Amino acid sequence: MSDVRIEGLSKAFGDQRAVDAIDFEVASGELCVLLGPSGCGKSTTLRLVAGLEEPSDGRILVDGVDVAHKAPKDRRISMVFQSYALFPHLSVAKNIVFGLEVRGVAKAVRAERLARVAAMTGLAPYLDRKPSQLSGGQRQRVALARAIAGEQPICLMDEPLSNLDAKLRAEMRLEIRALQQRLGMTMLYVTHDQIEAMTMADRVVLMNEGRIEQQGAPAELYERPATTFAARFIGAPAMNLVPLETSAGPVLAGVRAEHVELVEVGAGRVAGRVKALEYHGADTVVAVDTEHGGDFAVRRPGRVRAAVGETVALAWNPTHEHRFDPTTGRRLGAIASSPSNSEPVRS
Amino acid sequence: MRAPSRSDMPETGRSFGPFRSPRLRTVEAWLLLLPSVVLFAAFTHLPFVRTFVDAFFSTPKGRRPSHFVGLDNWSDLAHDPIFWKVLINNTWYALGTIPLSVGIALVMALWVNGRIPGRGLLRMAYFTPTVLPMIAVADIWLFFYTPDYGLFDQIRGLFGFAATNRLGDPSSALVAVMVVAVWKEAGFFMIFYLAALQQIPPDLRDAAAIEGASRFAFFRRVIWPLLMPVTLFVLVNAVINAFRTVDHIFMMTGGGPDNATNLLLFRLYELGFKFWDQGQASALTVVLIAVLSTLALVQFLIAGRGVHYR
Repeated sequence: MSDVRIEGLSKAFGDQRAVDAIDFEVASGELCVLLGPSGCGKSTTLRLVAGLEEPSDGRILVDGVDVAHKAPKDRRISMVFQSYALFPHLSVAKNIVFGLEVRGVAKAVRAERLARVAAMTGLAPYLDRKPSQLSGGQRQRVALARAIAGEQPICLMDEPLSNLDAKLRAEMRLEIRALQQRLGMTMLYVTHDQIEAMTMADRVVLMNEGRIEQQGAPAELYERPATTFAARFIGAPAMNLVPLETSAGPVLAGVRAEHVELVEVGAGRVAGRVKALEYHGADTVVAVDTEHGGDFAVRRPGRVRAAVGETVALAWNPTHEHRFDPTTGRRLGAIASSPSNSEPVRS
Repeated sequence: MRAPSRSDMPETGRSFGPFRSPRLRTVEAWLLLLPSVVLFAAFTHLPFVRTFVDAFFSTPKGRRPSHFVGLDNWSDLAHDPIFWKVLINNTWYALGTIPLSVGIALVMALWVNGRIPGRGLLRMAYFTPTVLPMIAVADIWLFFYTPDYGLFDQIRGLFGFAATNRLGDPSSALVAVMVVAVWKEAGFFMIFYLAALQQIPPDLRDAAAIEGASRFAFFRRVIWPLLMPVTLFVLVNAVINAFRTVDHIFMMTGGGPDNATNLLLFRLYELGFKFWDQGQASALTVVLIAVLSTLALVQFLIAGRGVHYR
């Protein structure tokens, strides 16, 4: 089993620094998700680790050995591409054992691996088909099977589920995670979908504009976002941010939708008018247009009896409040002890 | 969803003009086809049938009109040593120019498909010979081959080699005209390969690199099979061109010396329009068509089987 350590890794395309001196670590057998909006540098980072791009600076250590300038095939990695990158002229079976064939693995070993991997991914009935005769989900499985067949200790995944429909995506999340744990692979998984990150990852590395915004366990990112970017990017609906005037000066207060309550008018911390109601079955998300100008999302269990246009007041338990520096967006150490002396800024 | 049937369509959507009944619609279709049918029949199909018939008749001369001679034209052809020489010449010409021009086209396409500086310029340079008329190409190469002060001899002269007369020497003349054909053809075929290469997703290269395939293994196992449809197309065209393009023979050698560069089509021209031997020319035309049809058929049957069409 192998671990990966990234040290001061940078990649510049001309003047553009796609990846800017990032550091992170993936422990052996861990699933690490690189998360971020498009253009944040997460895919470039993955391609650097794969050896498909030459880094401008920094080190990529696999089991303590710097592989930053080695060929992809010498890095003990496999990779699943967003497009799946299946060879269109080869059958499913030939696609799966492609790597074994070019590496000169004996025929008997190839056949044995193919049978095992096909059984694992449920592809056994389709081995003679061409990729064009498969559904999107099946193609995804072929890409996965090819990555597993090489038995490399490290597996890289570049948005592997983004071309699947929602239901299949949910299934494959569980399946990939189960497979990764069963085979003990070290996995680096790129996605822009925070739900994938939250549900699958042992550790999330959140990236923004080529830098790491925050890294840690999913719960850590959700419960203690280090920046307003992390606070807004992780969790749906995004965390509500409201400017407050405190004894220590102005702050941005952040509160998750599920921690906000609808209270009697006059009693809450913020007032506003109901803009929209989204009924999800188990809960309802109420969008409130607040008096300080921003939208506020409120998630309440079950159905909410409120009408669009109705005036409501919002309240929350101060222990659920996150505070950020309004200029830098960084998290402020402690939550103010007495919230009563803080008032929302009216704009 | 149900596809709209004809009865769903508004009345005007059925057909143009007064043709409403199925029978009249058929007439309408034939009328639309008529111009091209007439042109093809008049200028392609009828002349071909006529040529085939003429191959069994003598050449009309003065007061003696053409009469049926059976297989005489064919046996004359079979007994004509020049015919056999020309056939062998053309076989060598095809065997030399086809693999070479296709191979060079592929190498050039792979080369200018990569990320190299000035590749736009390079692509243009490779394609330029295609734009030039064959006559102009022959003129350029005539200068290259000119003994003593042609380009090649001037370069050879720098190193103290003696002058050569490549087009004048029966042992080198055929090779010399083959080089011209390759130079002219390769750029044209390159365009097809280049277009096909650009259709191959770059992810495949990345995937192959990660799976451990060397550049050569990637070419052999992925690129080459994916290029097969283009290769087949290019090959069919190359074969046809090897028997069809003789413009440079007119310009450079006139089939000589001693028929060393005489090719089937050039011989056909000689028989038909220099010696006015219509019977022989007709027989040779049928031979040429038979050769080309057979080659095209064989290519589709053999190469077509393993081709992966997307």
